[in-house]
Amino acid sequence: MMSTLNRRKFLKGGLLGGAAATVLGTKKAEAAHSFGGYPESMGVLVDLTRCVGCRSCEAACNKEQGLPTPAQPFDDQSVLNQKRRTSEGAYTVVNRYEVPGQDHPLFRKIQCNHCNEPACLTSCFVNAYKKTPEGAVVYDASVCVGCRTCMVACPFYVPAYSYSSVLNPVVKKCIFCYDTRLKLGRPPACVEACPQEVLTFGRRQDLIKLGHERIRSNPDRYVDHIYGEKEVGGTAWMYLSSVGFENVGFDTELGNEPIINYVKEFLTIVPMVLTIWPALFGGFHLLATRKEAVKNEQQANKR
Amino acid sequence: MKRKHYLIAGLAGLVVLAGAQAGVTAMDAADAPADIEINSLAQLYEPVQFDHAMHVDATSGSCVTCHHHTTGAPAEDPNCARCHRTAAESDVVGCKDCHSAKRFEADYLKGVAENKALYHTEKVGLKGAYHLRCMGCHREMGAPVGCQDCHSRTDAGDKMFRAGKYAPAPGTKPAGSH
Ligand code: SF4
Ligand code: SF4
Ligand code: SF4
Repeated sequence: MMSTLNRRKFLKGGLLGGAAATVLGTKKAEAAHSFGGYPESMGVLVDLTRCVGCRSCEAACNKEQGLPTPAQPFDDQSVLNQKRRTSEGAYTVVNRYEVPGQDHPLFRKIQCNHCNEPACLTSCFVNAYKKTPEGAVVYDASVCVGCRTCMVACPFYVPAYSYSSVLNPVVKKCIFCYDTRLKLGRPPACVEACPQEVLTFGRRQDLIKLGHERIRSNPDRYVDHIYGEKEVGGTAWMYLSSVGFENVGFDTELGNEPIINYVKEFLTIVPMVLTIWPALFGGFHLLATRKEAVKNEQQANKR
Repeated sequence: MKRKHYLIAGLAGLVVLAGAQAGVTAMDAADAPADIEINSLAQLYEPVQFDHAMHVDATSGSCVTCHHHTTGAPAEDPNCARCHRTAAESDVVGCKDCHSAKRFEADYLKGVAENKALYHTEKVGLKGAYHLRCMGCHREMGAPVGCQDCHSRTDAGDKMFRAGKYAPAPGTKPAGSH
């Protein structure tokens, strides 16, 4: 289960306080300036006021991504009695929130938010992650060494690990349907499945305008904030809500600085890393596979 | 159901008023079809048999409740009225004539980017239009809101929802559970 220690603060404290920061100076700190995202990148605006908790998006994701059979059918509403998190078997989950003063519950779909400056990406030692110009944060499972740093770094607790493969645990998360849809200019499966058009797919820049316009023309319906417009440097998936975001499970204390900025100093070792990178990680990988091979050999000899 | 009767009775008094207003336009509720099969999105669900006549009753013949400014009385929604207060009645009144079933495909998004006035940047897609129109009222009126209350699922739908004959065996452990 999740430790009560805030992972982001842990990372922030750990890296800033660590030896790397003091030893390596700050010359390259500007290299980590705010990037703000690709101008033409796509996003999704999630309007919580429209969601009815039908879980069609979960079903569509399961099918599109070829995920394993769930424990309960997707039309089983009893799963909403618990707060769930994304997992290796479910890249997106819908949670229900009873908010005092509201006559009906609110629902919130969770998935990777596809940050403009993803903490998962910047924290990954083997460069498994990539932010595509279309806006998706994708990963190459074949280079993932299963170190789980990205799990710790992600401010939204999104990446999960495939523990079912013990020898080769790999990161698993929503990829914005990159391979099968986004890359081809098509909307994600969950967006297409949603009956209520909770999920509006479009250019991120347009969605921000649209979100503010929706708020402006319906001031009684929305709180005046788009969650993800600025949080942690901006995310491709953003949210509108009728109640304060803290009431529906959002962390409203993340701030607008990309997580990367907290580890700027740390990144000054990047040039060094670039030089020795292939050797270093080639070495790590050899080490890991060698260890595995030796273990297998020993086991084989025992039989 | 008791609530529905209450609603219809309650609104009956307004029919006279609505009728007078409808008089200025060419088409009124009486010209509308009684039943409509909504099938343009049928895939995971069977087509919906929509009882149009009953909904005409429920809205006391006020077409604009669902049809915006396209038929019946002029636009009521202030957002529509900004431009369409004096608009003539439209030839097209079906939801699918304006709301695209391909709302998020590249061609549509390109169209929106190129001609915002034509597309209304906020115009929802066809599936959204149906459900956003229906669900709000249904919830308020105590009418059915469950997916299968209005449309039964097809075999393809059962498969996607892992329900019916595709339901997981009891005791299936979800991947990633500990
Ligand atoms: S939400 Fe987490 S996993 Fe997704 S891009 Fe941001 S940091 Fe990475
Ligand atoms: S974008 Fe694709 S991978 Fe991500 S939650 Fe939606 S359907 Fe799943
Ligand atoms: S499909 Fe849409 S309405 Fe249904 S739970 Fe998902 S986001 Fe909400």
